[in-house]
Amino acid sequence: MRGLLVGLAITGVLILTNAAFTGAFGSGVAMPPYLLQVICLAGINITLAVSLNLINGFTGQFSLGHAGFMAIGAYASAYFTVTFGDRMRAAFGVLPPFARDGAVLLVGLAIGAFLAAIAGFLVGVPSLRLRGDYLAIVTLGFGEIIRVLILNIDAVGGARGFGGIPKLANFFWIYLFAGVTILVVHRIVHSSFGRTLVAIREDEIAAEAMGVHTTRAKVISFIVSSALAGVAGGLFAHYLMYIHTNSFTFLRSFEIIIMIVIGGLGSISGSILGAVLFITLTEGLRQFAQYRMVLFSLMLILIMIVRPQGILGHKEFVTFLTRRRRQLGTDQGTAAEGG
Amino acid sequence: MTAEATRSGPVPAPGATLDLSKVTMRFGGLVAVNALDLQIARGQLYGLIGPNGAGKTTVFNVITGVYTPTSGSIRFEGEEIAGERCGRITRRGVARTFQNIRLFGNMTVLENVKVAFDCRQATTLTTAVFRTPAHRAEEARVDADSRELLRIFKLDHVAGERARNLPYGSQRRLEIARAMATSPRLLLLDEPAAGMNPHEANELMDLIRWIRDRYGMAVLLVEHNMKVVMGICETVHVLDYGSTIAIGRPAEIQRDPRVIEAYLGGA
Repeated sequence: MRGLLVGLAITGVLILTNAAFTGAFGSGVAMPPYLLQVICLAGINITLAVSLNLINGFTGQFSLGHAGFMAIGAYASAYFTVTFGDRMRAAFGVLPPFARDGAVLLVGLAIGAFLAAIAGFLVGVPSLRLRGDYLAIVTLGFGEIIRVLILNIDAVGGARGFGGIPKLANFFWIYLFAGVTILVVHRIVHSSFGRTLVAIREDEIAAEAMGVHTTRAKVISFIVSSALAGVAGGLFAHYLMYIHTNSFTFLRSFEIIIMIVIGGLGSISGSILGAVLFITLTEGLRQFAQYRMVLFSLMLILIMIVRPQGILGHKEFVTFLTRRRRQLGTDQGTAAEGG
Repeated sequence: MTAEATRSGPVPAPGATLDLSKVTMRFGGLVAVNALDLQIARGQLYGLIGPNGAGKTTVFNVITGVYTPTSGSIRFEGEEIAGERCGRITRRGVARTFQNIRLFGNMTVLENVKVAFDCRQATTLTTAVFRTPAHRAEEARVDADSRELLRIFKLDHVAGERARNLPYGSQRRLEIARAMATSPRLLLLDEPAAGMNPHEANELMDLIRWIRDRYGMAVLLVEHNMKVVMGICETVHVLDYGSTIAIGRPAEIQRDPRVIEAYLGGA
C-alpha cells in the first residue's frame, strides 16, 4: 500500500516535471530542446546500464550483445506503432489523446520487450554455458547477427533506416521506465534469487554445489536483462522517431559497458551515475568529437588503474556514504542479540 | 579384506545412505578410480584416506555430480544419482565442502549461508519482484534460520563481515556451516583440517562429532591429518591408485601391512 502511494507520487512528479519541461507552465520554466533531449537520452541510458548490470555486474556473465536486444525492442515496437498504431488509436476513440498515445506506446513496448526476451532466451541458452571471454565473444557475435538480420528486413526500412515513427515517448515515459527498471533490478538483487546470482558471480562451482541451478538462473537473469533493453530500445525509437541499424552496432554495447564499468559493476546507483556521467561527457566533449573516444579510453584506463572496481565498486550510493556507521550499527545489533 | 567379504552385492543394505558399486572414473588413459565399492550407513562417520593422487577428490566429484562416472552405479538412499547435475544431487541431500576453500568471497558470512538455504525455498522471480507476503515471510524465515546456524558454528559475531576477510579457520567453519544449510543427510568434507593448527583441528573434531550426533547424518571425510581421521571415523577406507586396499576400523587400518606399504613404500 505504501509502495503504491510512493509509486503514484513519483508518477505525479514525473508528469508535472514533464509538463514544466515542455513549457506547459509558461516558457520561462521550459527546458531548451537540446538539453531536454540530452536528459531524455540519459534516462534511456540509465535503463540500458541498469539492465546490463544485472547480467554483467550481479551475475558476473560478461555479455557484449546488449545493443542487439535494444535493436529488437526498438524495431519491434516501432513496427507495431507504425503499422497498427492508428487502428488502435481509433479503437480507443473514447479516451483522451494522451491516454490513447500512452496505450499504443505501452503495447508497443510490451511487444518489443517480449521479443527481446525471446531473443535473450535463444541467445542465452547456448551461450551461457560458456564462461568469461568466450561468452563475451559469442554475445558480441549474436548482437551483430541481430543487427545484420534487421538490416536485411525491408519491411522495417533495411539500410534506409526506419522513419515515420510517432513521437510517443517523452520525459515522463522514459523516466517512468527508468524507475521501473531500477525497481525491478533492485528487488531481484535483494531477493533470494538475487543472492543466487551473486553467488554464481563469486564462484559458479560452489553455487552449483549449494543446490543452485546455475544455468537456469543465468538464463533467467539474461532474459530479464534483454527484456529491459528491449524497453529501452522502444523508448529510443519513439523518442527520436527514426532508427537505423547504425545506432545498434557493437559500439553501442561497448558504451553501455563503459557506463557500468565506470560506475561500478554490481552497483545499481553506480550504473545510474555511469550513464549520466557518460552522456554528460559525450555531450560536453562534442566540440572535440574526433578525440572523444581517445579521452574515453584514457579515462577507462585511468579508472582501471586507480579504482578497478569502478567509482562505487560493489556498493550502493547510500551504503557508500554510510558504510562506517552501518558497520558499527550491525556490530552493536549482534552483540545485543548475543547477550 | 574382511570388510570386502561382508559386502552385500549390488542391492543396497537396509539403511545405507550411500552405496557405490563398481564405480570407475577414467580420464583418457588414466584410471583415477577403479571399480570402487563403498557403502556408508546412516549416521556413520566414514573416513577416506590414501596417498596423494589416490583418487579421493575424484571420488568426491563423482558422488556430487561434478563428474559422471565412466561406469558403475551410485545410489543415494536407494536412488541412482550417477550422472545427475550437481545442484540436483545437493537438493536430494548431499552437501560438500571443498579442498581449496570456495566461499562466495564478496558476500557476507550471513549471505553465504542464505544462498545454501535458498535451495529449499520456493521463491521465484515474480514473487521477488512483487514482494508478495509469502516471499517476505520466507525471507524472514531464511534470515532467522541462517542466524541460528551461524550461532551454532560460532560465526554470529562476524555475520556482516565479507567472507574473504575471515581468518582461515573461520572460513573452513563457514564452509561446513554453508554445507549444513542445505540440510544434507550426507555430508562430504574434503580435507577440512588442512592448514589448521592442532588446537583448531581438535575443535574441528568436536564440531564434526557434534553435528553428526545432532543432525544424525552420515559424514564422508577425506583428510590427511591422521589424528583427525583416526580420532573420529568409525570406518576408514584406504585408496591407492584408485583402488581399495583396505577397509576397517581405525585400529585395524593402522596395523594393516598394505596400508603401511602404500604410505611408506615397499620395505
